Amino acid sequence: MEPLERYRPIIDDFEAFLEACARPLPSVVRVNTIAASLERATAVLREEGVEFEAAAWNPHVLRLTDDAQGPGSTWVSFCGMTHGQEEVSAVPPVVLDPQPGERVWDACAAPGGKATQIAALMDDCGTVVANDSNLGRLSSLRFNAERLGASALAVTHQDARNFSLKPFDFDEFDRALVDAPCSCEGTIRKNPDALDGWSEAHLESVSGVQKGILRRAVQATREGGTVVYSTCTFAPEENEAVVDYVLDAEDCHLREIEIDLEHSPGITAWEGETYDERLERAIRLYPHQNDTGGFFVAKLEVGS
Amino acid sequence: MGENGDGDGLAENVGQRFDRLPATADERRVEGRVSREEVCTYFEERFGMPLETFEEYTFWEKGSGRIWIYAGEAPTPTSVEALGMTCLRTRQEHWKPTTDFVARFGHHATRCVIDLTREQAARFVRGEDQELPWDGDWGYLIAACELAGEREPLGVGLYVHGEFRSMVPKGRQRALE
Repeated sequence: MEPLERYRPIIDDFEAFLEACARPLPSVVRVNTIAASLERATAVLREEGVEFEAAAWNPHVLRLTDDAQGPGSTWVSFCGMTHGQEEVSAVPPVVLDPQPGERVWDACAAPGGKATQIAALMDDCGTVVANDSNLGRLSSLRFNAERLGASALAVTHQDARNFSLKPFDFDEFDRALVDAPCSCEGTIRKNPDALDGWSEAHLESVSGVQKGILRRAVQATREGGTVVYSTCTFAPEENEAVVDYVLDAEDCHLREIEIDLEHSPGITAWEGETYDERLERAIRLYPHQNDTGGFFVAKLEVGS
Repeated sequence: MGENGDGDGLAENVGQRFDRLPATADERRVEGRVSREEVCTYFEERFGMPLETFEEYTFWEKGSGRIWIYAGEAPTPTSVEALGMTCLRTRQEHWKPTTDFVARFGHHATRCVIDLTREQAARFVRGEDQELPWDGDWGYLIAACELAGEREPLGVGLYVHGEFRSMVPKGRQRALE
């Protein structure tokens, strides 16, 4: 927990934050509307005797209130009607707001929870290009995409920083999600060893990769299209600093995010650095605010 | 380009890329490749899935006899890791639909669907074989059971000699009650 001390100046009620980080994460599933309607999936859950409550911000996100068996040991899960997915990890696709028939890129898609959520939000109609550079993680992406029945989803294996659209016969996307590889500080409740090996040097190196991927996403998205940047970490070096860099380097601007979850605004100053004031439009989701993991989400529009 | 091949005689299948299936057998350019028409006709004749079910989808081969169903856009041929989902294996005597295809499209099936009790269904998803009565066609069947008052397709099994063999892949098997 010690590395988290550096965030004391920017987090309200820091003690509540630390306490939340020490608690295990609630078990949450997302209803996969490719396989079943919300009514159908919840009817099967009830028949199985699984107790749940829907998240106020998203009726498709269900908190399992008595999860003795684990979210994968149910008939709904076997049939692909639900997918175990951390509550805040369901936020970026909602902010991206993909529409049926569009071309959407998920730059760092494995293991596929968000990519399949994007396909579901598009009624499995259009083209979702789910990319990942890590061959080992691609198999879990493919497994989840098939289990959840995402037939509009293509899987590619490229370095997102210089992603080529050559395998497709279009040359830009309508929307792109960069759920970047990060130091994962916000997953501490799920992985108690998430902070092992933490160092500021690591933040700097991973932030270079994040900048490269987000730049490519803006370049590969059409004028007026939407790019969402997210991480599961608190470090401003990996969040506001990355977006600030890309705002300067590429033709894009920040949009407001409307979501019915308690959150804090993005910050505009950190350890002597200052960022574009509009970074307050980004959102920081802390574990103590909604009893979730930690996340950062920024919404960009391409063009001026 | 409808399909790979040089136009003179039949070319060989190239395993590491996706090629769109020809519309009909007459347009076939690759040795042993099935056509879209044959695939849709198989799903219709074997399982009673209406041909319209697949109007918005394209079919592709990657790997010998592995057929994929895809709803998105892509040129042919193309080199990617996956296009939609595997739906059928064709380069063997009896064609075999995949578990995930059946979970996704099995609601459209009206024949060769075997209704299992919850207990039988639990054995099926654990990957077990079981003795079962069945007076329809032998071969690959869609296993289904009733969940919350509706028939739910679970996967594929092979019915021969009074025995129903689960074809649920190891990674998809679950211990359920």
